[in-house]
Amino acid sequence: MNARKLFRYLNQEKIVFLLTVLLFVAFSLTLNNFLDGNNILSLIRSVAVLGILGLGMLIVVLGRGIDLSLVATMAISIAWSMQLIHEGMPVYAALTTGLLFALGVALFTGILVAYAEIPPLFATLAMATFVYGFGRAHLIVGTDVLYMPKTMGWIVMLGQGKLFGVPMPIVVAAAMALIVFLFLKFTKVGNFVYAIGDNLAASRIGGIAVRPMLVLQYVLSGGIAFVAGIITATSVEAMNTRIVNSNMIYDVILVVVLGGVGLSGGRGNVRNVIVGTLLIGVLMNGMTIMDIQYTVQNVIKSLILLLAIVVDSIVNPRDEQTGQQGDI
Amino acid sequence: MGKTGLMRLAATALAAFTIGATAAYADDDMNDPYRAPALSALAGKKIAYLPISIGFDLAQAWGGVVKTEAERYGMSFSSQDPNWNTDAMAQGMTALIAEHPDVIVTQNPDMQSLARLLKQANAEGIVVVQLNMQGAVQTDAFVGPDFIAMGEQAANMMLAKCGSETQTSHKVAIVQGVLTGGVSYYQVQGMMKVFNEHPEIQIVSSQAADWDASKARAITETALQQHPDLCGVIDVWDGQGIGTGAAIKQAGKQGQVYFITSGGGAQSMCDGLLDGTYSATINYNAPGMGRDAWTAITTALQNNQGAGVIKTQIYSPTRVMTKDDVQAGTCWDPQQYAKILR
Repeated sequence: MNARKLFRYLNQEKIVFLLTVLLFVAFSLTLNNFLDGNNILSLIRSVAVLGILGLGMLIVVLGRGIDLSLVATMAISIAWSMQLIHEGMPVYAALTTGLLFALGVALFTGILVAYAEIPPLFATLAMATFVYGFGRAHLIVGTDVLYMPKTMGWIVMLGQGKLFGVPMPIVVAAAMALIVFLFLKFTKVGNFVYAIGDNLAASRIGGIAVRPMLVLQYVLSGGIAFVAGIITATSVEAMNTRIVNSNMIYDVILVVVLGGVGLSGGRGNVRNVIVGTLLIGVLMNGMTIMDIQYTVQNVIKSLILLLAIVVDSIVNPRDEQTGQQGDI
Repeated sequence: MGKTGLMRLAATALAAFTIGATAAYADDDMNDPYRAPALSALAGKKIAYLPISIGFDLAQAWGGVVKTEAERYGMSFSSQDPNWNTDAMAQGMTALIAEHPDVIVTQNPDMQSLARLLKQANAEGIVVVQLNMQGAVQTDAFVGPDFIAMGEQAANMMLAKCGSETQTSHKVAIVQGVLTGGVSYYQVQGMMKVFNEHPEIQIVSSQAADWDASKARAITETALQQHPDLCGVIDVWDGQGIGTGAAIKQAGKQGQVYFITSGGGAQSMCDGLLDGTYSATINYNAPGMGRDAWTAITTALQNNQGAGVIKTQIYSPTRVMTKDDVQAGTCWDPQQYAKILR
């Protein structure tokens, strides 16, 4: 393979993967205990929730959308569930209520995008504010941190348990990744998601029920957000609804974009999300071991993202063929 | 009615008259001459409450106590919730100054954001009480823990468990809040002052978790991976420390790692002590701070010196608590105060 071919062979996913491997090797050589099995597990575990949310984002982004309400839906739905348990509702009923809330919110977002034709950026931004505001005003009326009830039973294991020595958040994230992979790759509906993201008009002419499909994407991402909420709440033993104000949603977009999923829709798969998530995981873990402050970590993280984007735009220059309408 | 009956009636009437007369006389005589001026200094005054958020346990307790007392003395109480948004808070403060209440009770998001506005409020005759974190300007009263002393206290407690006289690794990790926030910054400053005098203590990690329990959990998990023989952890706030404690528990190190944190003493603190999430806590009693704030308000309104003339630092008393100190009612229920504020 000559240099030119190699250059062609590189796409963003491979660049990021390469970067991850390089960082991994560098950290392994320089940091004590980095290669320790437990440290690798805790590395992956710390980004498991990010990865799960990334899967939800992936489904929406593939259909040329974006879901900025993911974190708000996650925080408010699980926090409301825990509040209901505190108020005496049976655990399963409360969790079902929370799940239905997440799905209902997502359904409404989907309708706004698909039928009212509001651009997803604005629809989900508004929904994020609405969900958080409504949740704080009417659902979670006490403190904005909800502590995990002691009566959650086996569900606590989702955040704290281990399966064959692997922490459950990793197992859940892996299972979700597999499900989403199978869904996108092997189901008709999954293929439609790609088709719509690639060319909405052609998909419609081709007979795909475009609007219900768009709604479905948001509903799926809402459901995934609830699962991520359960993992967060049970592993930290609390759900801090203030997380909605943090830049977590940008981290979710980061892992998706970093891995090489095109924001213009139709391009990307679960592997991209995994690669993006792993890079962030390696980076964060290494920097935490090096005792680098969180604010500096953010700077480094964003520089890495810029680097990946710049390299990608050099290697894969945009032209009329690759540039699509709707590129953000 | 016989003669005896008549006499009895007369006696009763006389007795009743005497008691009544005495009571009327006492009303004149025993009147507290200081009560009326005090009440009139308070009645009808307006208190505006603007913390950085009303959604967390501390702010709920402070506001709940002040509101209850304000209403008892015929004062009006209004509150605003900027929901952790410093810009919204600065706007709210500007609007408040224009509205000109008699008292503003606030909590700084950081040292600088509100300093100029608080000075302006004072200059316009509004009494300003700052809670929990002193801005770069001193006003009528600051009510809050002496965070530097609290940091020193936590560090000294840690020395007792992990210092040179113990058979431990002497390794200690610190979990900060946000780097620039005074609550976190001053505590860490106090801790380092003590630890710097004790070179045997090795600070293996000192990172900011952004007041986020999830980040605190991830940071502590990594610190425990790197240093399985870690002796102790200090977290600057119990609300974030729940994540730190979860990491210690999930690493199976509960009991080995001594975990000290501090907070306002809400029910979650007692729960955490009972289930071993926290080994020891420094409780600065948020309803007590509400009472201090109320005291500062009544003092400022009664002393007739004008706003911002007498300036006082009111440091909150603290109490160290372990599992053994927890009984029913030791901690308070934030819901109760949240209801008052709603």
